[in-house]
Amino acid sequence: MARWAIAIHGGAGVDPSLPEHRQEEARRVLARCLQVGVDALRGGARALDVVEAVVRELETDPFFNSGRGSALTRQGTVEMEASIMDGRGRRCGAVSGVSTVKNPVSLARLVMDKSPHSYLAFDGAEEFARDQGLEVVDNSYFITEDNVGMLKLAKEANSILFDYRIPLAGSETCSALAGLENHNNGMVVMNGLPISVYAPETVGCAVVDSNGFCAAATSTGGLMNKMAGRIGDSPLIGSGTYACELCAVSCTGEGEAIIRSTLARDVAAVMEYRGAGLQEAVDYCVRQRLDEGFAGLIAVSRSGEVAYGFNCTGMFRGCATEDGFTEVGIWE
Amino acid sequence: MARWAIAIHGGAGVDPNLPEHRQEEAKRVLARCLQVGVDALRAGAKALDVVEAVVRELETDPFFNSGRGSALTRRGTVEMEASIMDGRGRRCGAVSGVSTVKNPVSLARLVMDKSPHSYLAFDGAEDFAREQGLEVVDNSYFITEDNVGMLKLAKEANSILFDYRIPLAGSDTCSAQAGSENHNGMVMNGLPISIYAPETVGCAVVDSSGFCAAATSTGGLMNKMTGRIGDSPLIGSGTYACELCAVSCTGEGEAIIRSTLARDVAAVMEYRGAGLQEAVDYCVKERLDEGFAGLIAVSRTGEVAYGFNCTGMFRGCATEDGFMEVGIWE
Repeated sequence: MARWAIAIHGGAGVDPSLPEHRQEEARRVLARCLQVGVDALRGGARALDVVEAVVRELETDPFFNSGRGSALTRQGTVEMEASIMDGRGRRCGAVSGVSTVKNPVSLARLVMDKSPHSYLAFDGAEEFARDQGLEVVDNSYFITEDNVGMLKLAKEANSILFDYRIPLAGSETCSALAGLENHNNGMVVMNGLPISVYAPETVGCAVVDSNGFCAAATSTGGLMNKMAGRIGDSPLIGSGTYACELCAVSCTGEGEAIIRSTLARDVAAVMEYRGAGLQEAVDYCVRQRLDEGFAGLIAVSRSGEVAYGFNCTGMFRGCATEDGFTEVGIWE
Repeated sequence: MARWAIAIHGGAGVDPNLPEHRQEEAKRVLARCLQVGVDALRAGAKALDVVEAVVRELETDPFFNSGRGSALTRRGTVEMEASIMDGRGRRCGAVSGVSTVKNPVSLARLVMDKSPHSYLAFDGAEDFAREQGLEVVDNSYFITEDNVGMLKLAKEANSILFDYRIPLAGSDTCSAQAGSENHNGMVMNGLPISIYAPETVGCAVVDSSGFCAAATSTGGLMNKMTGRIGDSPLIGSGTYACELCAVSCTGEGEAIIRSTLARDVAAVMEYRGAGLQEAVDYCVKERLDEGFAGLIAVSRTGEVAYGFNCTGMFRGCATEDGFMEVGIWE
């Protein structure tokens, strides 16, 4: 029998000045959600079921930016997205523009298992959720006081929120300025926002079960103060989420950077096409594929390894393997 | 100076019984749109501008499934999507759920160049289009009589349209049945090939500076659910461009997404050192499993390549040395 392993994350790009009590709370939530996965894996559960169950826990807890506790659009509403991938057969499902479904990751799974399609968004996703009898609530359910306050700060900071792109020569864009600040002044900026108001995007889980099958899932409320209709990397197969025979990956950070880098797929591609091991592939992708972008990822391999990497100020994460190893962390 | 090259497509999965006059019309449209790109490249245009201009032509012509002439949703409306990628810096833009914008590929480009984001959809995309002053029309503009008829046939065929997935053991799904029929070449995305509207148009270009770009645009799957997103707007699946090459794909959306088909062509070149044709062949043969799809690609050294594992792909290619062809079948 193969050895199981699990990795989870609660978003990359953490405020270095995050108060100690918030750091403790984060670790508690991570530890609790990790334990849900560990218990399931010890009970012989399948990778796909484990990633869904763990991401549901992370969505339901308001601490991280997904489900309840999602970052707010510029209109003060919540629009969530998620994706899930079964390494077994590389089946996948995704949703975007979800505004009333309590657990978007479960809707993504239903798209994969019960719809004729792979990816449903906005009204189509919402209708499908009702067809499937999923639990729906008012959009206000997802909105927390914390995030209402953060949205105000984000607007006041007068930042245009960029998905951090490489600016055209001569373009005056906030991302160009953000880029400079990132490198020169040490003032930490993520996605165009000062790190103190940035809400690390996304939660995720990557698992290999005791049969050696891998699966991954990712869920998010997205970028604080985003335009309505903005889709990030989290629902995009190959960008935010990927799973195959060799490994499973979930990413977090600056959406545009992750999309340009097809970050999740590239970890697997480096293993597949170059024969690299898991940690080597993770390190390569984080260091070489992101250019000026900031992101992090978690990954597991079919042989029971866990790995993670990030090139920004921290990533909320947790990992556990069958031999008893378990840890949660935030910083390097 | 590098040598320029251009490849275009109008969709893969063509009815082998397509009437001769329709085949001729297809070739005329492909030749005309290809010429638009060739003329631009001869004049020194940049890859990104060329792919946008050519895809605009393909969208505007009602023959193929994009822009005007898009396949219809199950409600009889049109929902379009598109993506564009600049190999120079790997910048990208995408839109989905576009229903009033005449040229979705241009909206995708504006998302890349003028918005704070990479991908906008539905109301958000439509609002942005109006802010940017793009030309908008009534949804009826995109609907053709041909497609109204095809939608009826699709519904009558009583097919549940699958994005063709690998069925779970024991599942009763149309795709399981489609799977067996597919090997006879007669079913695509769960639809009989006579009704299937080959999805998507696309263009891949390398310009005379050696920069690559790609763009893809579609109305999507005939009789699709509202809100269904396919591979065309997904970077790495339907569209990809980097320093080495540019790729645009077409076919069964789920198969292309699972395979991250466009990215994989480039990844095989990048991580294995394969040449363009070798990478294209590998991906079409090895990455799609039971799925059906096709793709076009160009490399920074001025090569063109294409491949498909289904019944035909509307395509055209041209290179700086004067080579030029349009085709449908193997």
